[in-house]
Amino acid sequence: MELFRLTIHELQALLRAGTVSATDVVSDMYRRINAVEGSVHAYVTLTREAAFAQAEAADNLIKQGNIKELTGIPLALKDILCTKGVRTTCGSRMLSNFVPPYDATVVERLRQAGAIFTGKTNMDEFAMGSSNETSYFGATANPWDLTRIPGGSSGGSAAAVAADMCAAALGSDTGGSIRQPAALCGVVGMKPTYGRVSRFGLIAFASSLDQIGTFTKDVEDCAILMNAIAGHDPRESTSATVEVPDYRQFLPGGVEGWTIGIPQEYFIAGIDPEVEASVQEAIATFERLGAKCLPISLPHTEYCLAVYYIIAPAEASSNLARYDGVKYGFRTDTYRDLLDMYKKTRSEGFGPEVKRRIMLGTYVLSAGYYDAYYKKASQVRGLIKRDFDEAFRKCDVILTPTSPTPAFRLGEKTDDPMQMYLSDIFTISANLAGIPGLSIPCGFTTDGLPIGLQLLAGHFGEGKLLQMAAAYEKSAPREKRRPQL
Amino acid sequence: MEFEPVIGLEVHAQLLTQTKIFCGCSAKYGGVPNHHTCPVCLGMPGVLPVLNRRVVEFAMKMALATHCRINGESSFARKNYFYPDLPKGYQISQYNQPLAEHGWVDLDLADGRKRIGITRIHLEEDAGKLMHDAFNPASSVDLNRTGVPLMEIVSEPEMRNPEEAADYLKRLHEILVYLEVCDGNMEEGSFRCDANISLRPLGTEKFGTRTELKNMNSFRNVQRALEYEIKRQSYLLESGTPVIQETRLWNDAQGVTQSMRSKEEAHDYRYFPDPDLVPLLISSAWIAELEKSLPELPLVKRERFISAYNLSPYDAGVLTSSCALADYFEAAAKLSEQPKQAANWVMGDLLRFLNEDKKDIKDSTMTPAALADLLKLIEAGTISGKMGKEVFAAMYQSGKTAQTIIAEQGLVQITDETEIAGIIAAVVNANPEQLAQYRGGRDKLFGFFVGQVMKATQGKANPQIINDLLKKALNNG
Repeated sequence: MELFRLTIHELQALLRAGTVSATDVVSDMYRRINAVEGSVHAYVTLTREAAFAQAEAADNLIKQGNIKELTGIPLALKDILCTKGVRTTCGSRMLSNFVPPYDATVVERLRQAGAIFTGKTNMDEFAMGSSNETSYFGATANPWDLTRIPGGSSGGSAAAVAADMCAAALGSDTGGSIRQPAALCGVVGMKPTYGRVSRFGLIAFASSLDQIGTFTKDVEDCAILMNAIAGHDPRESTSATVEVPDYRQFLPGGVEGWTIGIPQEYFIAGIDPEVEASVQEAIATFERLGAKCLPISLPHTEYCLAVYYIIAPAEASSNLARYDGVKYGFRTDTYRDLLDMYKKTRSEGFGPEVKRRIMLGTYVLSAGYYDAYYKKASQVRGLIKRDFDEAFRKCDVILTPTSPTPAFRLGEKTDDPMQMYLSDIFTISANLAGIPGLSIPCGFTTDGLPIGLQLLAGHFGEGKLLQMAAAYEKSAPREKRRPQL
Repeated sequence: MEFEPVIGLEVHAQLLTQTKIFCGCSAKYGGVPNHHTCPVCLGMPGVLPVLNRRVVEFAMKMALATHCRINGESSFARKNYFYPDLPKGYQISQYNQPLAEHGWVDLDLADGRKRIGITRIHLEEDAGKLMHDAFNPASSVDLNRTGVPLMEIVSEPEMRNPEEAADYLKRLHEILVYLEVCDGNMEEGSFRCDANISLRPLGTEKFGTRTELKNMNSFRNVQRALEYEIKRQSYLLESGTPVIQETRLWNDAQGVTQSMRSKEEAHDYRYFPDPDLVPLLISSAWIAELEKSLPELPLVKRERFISAYNLSPYDAGVLTSSCALADYFEAAAKLSEQPKQAANWVMGDLLRFLNEDKKDIKDSTMTPAALADLLKLIEAGTISGKMGKEVFAAMYQSGKTAQTIIAEQGLVQITDETEIAGIIAAVVNANPEQLAQYRGGRDKLFGFFVGQVMKATQGKANPQIINDLLKKALNNG
């Protein structure tokens, strides 16, 4: 049996029944990784030895009848999540030798739930990118077409799930970094409400936008992982105290009588026709399922990209100041004095995209520019939030394409940052508003590239997203395609 | 031309909480370098700050004690700059929404009371310390102090001479220590002061160009630095040279201020709201709760001591210089029912002994009750005031009660008039020559007879009784 192909809930059933052991699952998973990692390059670090030790411990627990939600389930972690004793690079030369002495809260929670970690997945450097090409450790390939990008910045996690190199994975989403690669790799990606999942131990890119989320093979797995990672964390001041429901309870609910908002601003010139056709087909499916589709307007949509590229770099310029070569991480070999050490360390330790954003952020926060850029952007961000608040008075969820195009070719946009930035045009608004968003596969292009559908809900509306996505998944059983690797 | 100095002070007070402002590490001074640290105060990747509630309460107490308005909502910002003692590359500080604003402190000056406005009180984290090795071209970083809570108290530019500035600092210091929110130790840097000073022609309104003075680690040095700076700026202005807006460091050894950096070289700190911290919301119920917990403040206590115990303003000032001293005095005054005497003994003998031993009133082995007992024994005439001094010294050294010491040393005063009269008669009889001279008009010999009686009683006879009876014996011959 190809255990590596299975979902979390399928593996759970086999482990509970005693049909397979956790060690079987992990062995099979590493066989798969060994076979395809060379062509996909989804991982920065593999933790094979630790995984087998965890599997053995899991098998002992299973024998004692002490099986927990994720006991024996092999998961991958984006290399932005701190793991105690395991190198955490954030895709950067700057942290290429950094071994955290602590686990991120989500990692702790997954450990407590019994999960096994296969390794740390590749990503755009400091999560800055939409294609995984800015990683210091080299690009990741899209499992559906190895000449194409997997999306980013959580491209490694998306590719690892799509290529069956883990049962599921965690990523982080600052402007679409979970949803866009999920769409481009044909998996389910959830970015929860800001504050729903603890950011403690998530290496910060833009603190007011960053949120940890999931990559799974189906919607039920998404609910299972959300159950494990969501909830209040006293180590984070912005962590929400709102109670966490059992997300699985939403799965059978259906969408009968729901109102789905279709924002006109998200169906614009520039969308790939095949993407638009797939999304329109999905809209029709929901109508068949008893939902009503309502055209709505999110009037400040056109400012999202501009606001994002002021706020995110501003926060990043400050968040990344700690990488100065003094305490940990990379330090340049030779230097004359302190200033020279700072300059050379940061010049050599960061890649061009990170430097571009640090410079942008430093500029918009500078004396004399703050009001025109950062302050103005914060005000417009308030308007964007208000657009969503008003929209959710009229509809239960909002439906849009996740990305305007399917996966583009490696190297196609690396010389044109603006083109690259545009690939997040539909996902950024959810981060600015702090609302949850989910991307679910909704078909393929004629070239066989996956297409994703984005669902957005009001704050803490993850249950609605899961309910709707589960209904869609069940009602439209699309061909079970697998990437040919 | 005569110039008027315009002085404003910024005080950084380290708050006496057990733990740091944004993590659970010890906030204690010193320690093995980098032992009071964790991933949060070390600024490691992915960690987040969580505000310490006690820090807020301590600052709220100071805000209330200085009559500030506490803001219902305040916020934290990041002050960005690179330095090896700043592990995150930014300092978390309150910027445009401070914890409290618009307060004041009253000074009692020689020419009356003066009110100095407090512009704002805000919270921030301290940075670490660099240690430079003179023999090795490397610097070491100690991050124990990183994240220790600081409260910055900014005054209005309302002080007009260095004495006022020093007095303002003393008053602030006193309040902080009274509230037990800061230990006030200037040498260890728990109480630091920067001064802004400019001059303007006397009688004019417009402020001149100011300089900022740093590195003054005592009240005296603040005063000296300001005095120097007044002379320097006066000289410049009189010679027609403009004052440059800059930061100057006080050089204690040379007694001068020296340029550190000019306005042009000033950092652009790129302040912006810290997205890792939520706005700090303070309810009026929380304020009311803390208001109830405030102790009596120095100025109020001083006034009460003057009126309730009939003390001089000077004595009241000395006795209220610390809360513990004031409590000690007040307990001794009440138990002995002799406030004036209690004040004299506390300010005289007790403080002298404690100072000699470099001890604080809190470490005194002699309790207020023991002192009160001594005062009562003197009042009752059991021992004389002079004997009291000896008893006091013995009590201070041994911690024994006055009664014990009196008994051990046989110090009880002889007050029995018959007994004293007998001794006097013997002394008078034994000195016929002096008696004749005295009666012949040499009044000074009265002292000789007193001395002889004292000698005969080993100093234990009540001096008043000796006086009365001796006069009778000598004059009624």
